[in-house]
Amino acid sequence: MSGTDIQRAIDAVWRIEAAKVIAALTRMVRNLDLAEDLAQEALVVALEKWPAEGIPPQPGAWLMMTAKHRALDYFRKTDLNSRKHEELARELNELERTTPDLVTPMDDLIGDDVLRLIFISCHPVLSMESRAALTLRVVGGLTTDEIARAFLTPEPTIAQRIVRAKKTLGQKNVPFEVPRGLDLAARLSSVLEVIYLIFNEGYSATAGEELIRTSLCEEALRLGRVLAELDAPEPEVHGLVGLMEIQASRSRARVNANGEVVLLMEQNRALWDQMLIRRGLTAVERANGLTRARGPYQLQAEIAACHARAMTAEATDWGRIVALYDELARVTPSPIVELNRAVAVSRHEGPEKALSLLEPLLADPMMKSYHLLPSVRGDLLARLGRHAEAEAEFERAAAMTRNERERTFLLERARKSGDSA
Amino acid sequence: MKFMVIVKATKESEAGVLPSNELMEAMGKFNEELIKAGVLLAAEGLQSSSKGARVKFAGNSRTVVDGPFAETKELVAGFWLWQVSSKEEAIEWVKRCPSPHEGECEIEIRQVFEMEDLSPAMSERVRRKEELLRAQIGQK
Repeated sequence: MSGTDIQRAIDAVWRIEAAKVIAALTRMVRNLDLAEDLAQEALVVALEKWPAEGIPPQPGAWLMMTAKHRALDYFRKTDLNSRKHEELARELNELERTTPDLVTPMDDLIGDDVLRLIFISCHPVLSMESRAALTLRVVGGLTTDEIARAFLTPEPTIAQRIVRAKKTLGQKNVPFEVPRGLDLAARLSSVLEVIYLIFNEGYSATAGEELIRTSLCEEALRLGRVLAELDAPEPEVHGLVGLMEIQASRSRARVNANGEVVLLMEQNRALWDQMLIRRGLTAVERANGLTRARGPYQLQAEIAACHARAMTAEATDWGRIVALYDELARVTPSPIVELNRAVAVSRHEGPEKALSLLEPLLADPMMKSYHLLPSVRGDLLARLGRHAEAEAEFERAAAMTRNERERTFLLERARKSGDSA
Repeated sequence: MKFMVIVKATKESEAGVLPSNELMEAMGKFNEELIKAGVLLAAEGLQSSSKGARVKFAGNSRTVVDGPFAETKELVAGFWLWQVSSKEEAIEWVKRCPSPHEGECEIEIRQVFEMEDLSPAMSERVRRKEELLRAQIGQK
């Protein structure tokens, strides 16, 4: 293997092993910052040794062992905690005596450790953007440079964000644990929020020109799928996975050859990825099997599933979609849900009724700079033949959006309405 | 990116010999690891080619040839579909796979076409855009 080949092979090993190694070390040293440093040190040793010696047959076990030796050295040097030191030495001995097989994780605790790692990196003491960066780094095994490129943010900014996040977790003594009881629901929703933020950042980039940054979507899906396979079944985890799988199934149809947005109702459904749809529907079923009190992700996944099941746009079951939005509005009342509900109502009962549903939203401060409100109003007005009003709404929407593609699209609709007026 | 990971046939698999319990168990464990890592999208094992057929195309004619087929080592005995971040990651996972048959055999790794591979004009545009963005955010 050439130098670059081995480098890429080591990167690949790291992608697979990072979360497990960092999680196991965090459990031992009770400090994510230190654990990640130790894991990185092990990676550096690998980068020095493997090009000459070849990649060991069990690279994960090798990294774990090397990192644990580093941890032991660290405790010897600092000698802060001799009990910890003994415990660690004992664990290391055991690890060295048993030869782990190639496939099964090195110890049963690993699944739990990774779950703890996800909960700590998505902890609410951190800002949303820090949670996203830290999670991609320690759970996803991405380099700072990869995260920076994905978020179109300079690398030093991301690096600093991660360093600060780790310090904050240490300063606030955030425990390395899976929350229990009432705490669990709130903490889990923080985790799901982070994963969905990563997905959406990829799916509908909030800034810049490219609409879909596939790698971020894939990363979010991977994190979601990992979470769905850890025990303690939570319906909302499957709900989110289902929602992401079904949304991702439309990636190919969402943008045309010129890179322009294609609306859901106008998409070529033959381009939808049927495998992802099937996976999405299965995830929705798993969620349904766990609860009758459907949560917000589960309901959104159900709505996405309605679209996925319709062979043509005309075959869409709008009655069912309106009912799901009604339920969603009860579970999480928000002006954005109301806006989406109005769109569904416009398909089910016509644009007139929908337009009246939007009235209360016009005064809502949360919607003041939300471009989709004038965009939807423009669409309803155009369908009612009120073209001059529609043109004004599309122009307002175009001025609000930060996405260049979307702006072009909205200005085009404004022009068409102007021509019809 | 997605990869199709193809298990090639052997004389035994073509003869319809079922995998041993040990192998089934090891494979089950491996699949479980793939699922837990969020990598596995789909997986199937194929029956021997004697239960299959080929349809040959030549102009307007269609000729059906029933199995079995001779070139055993080139036949497909099963496949996975994985979502990974690089070909190297796919290779790394394959190396962890238990040997899919007793004796010598082969697994082939093939990348699945994505939208951008199919539309070169667009990927060129995407590439130029990314260069521009990188320049804007001060990266090499």
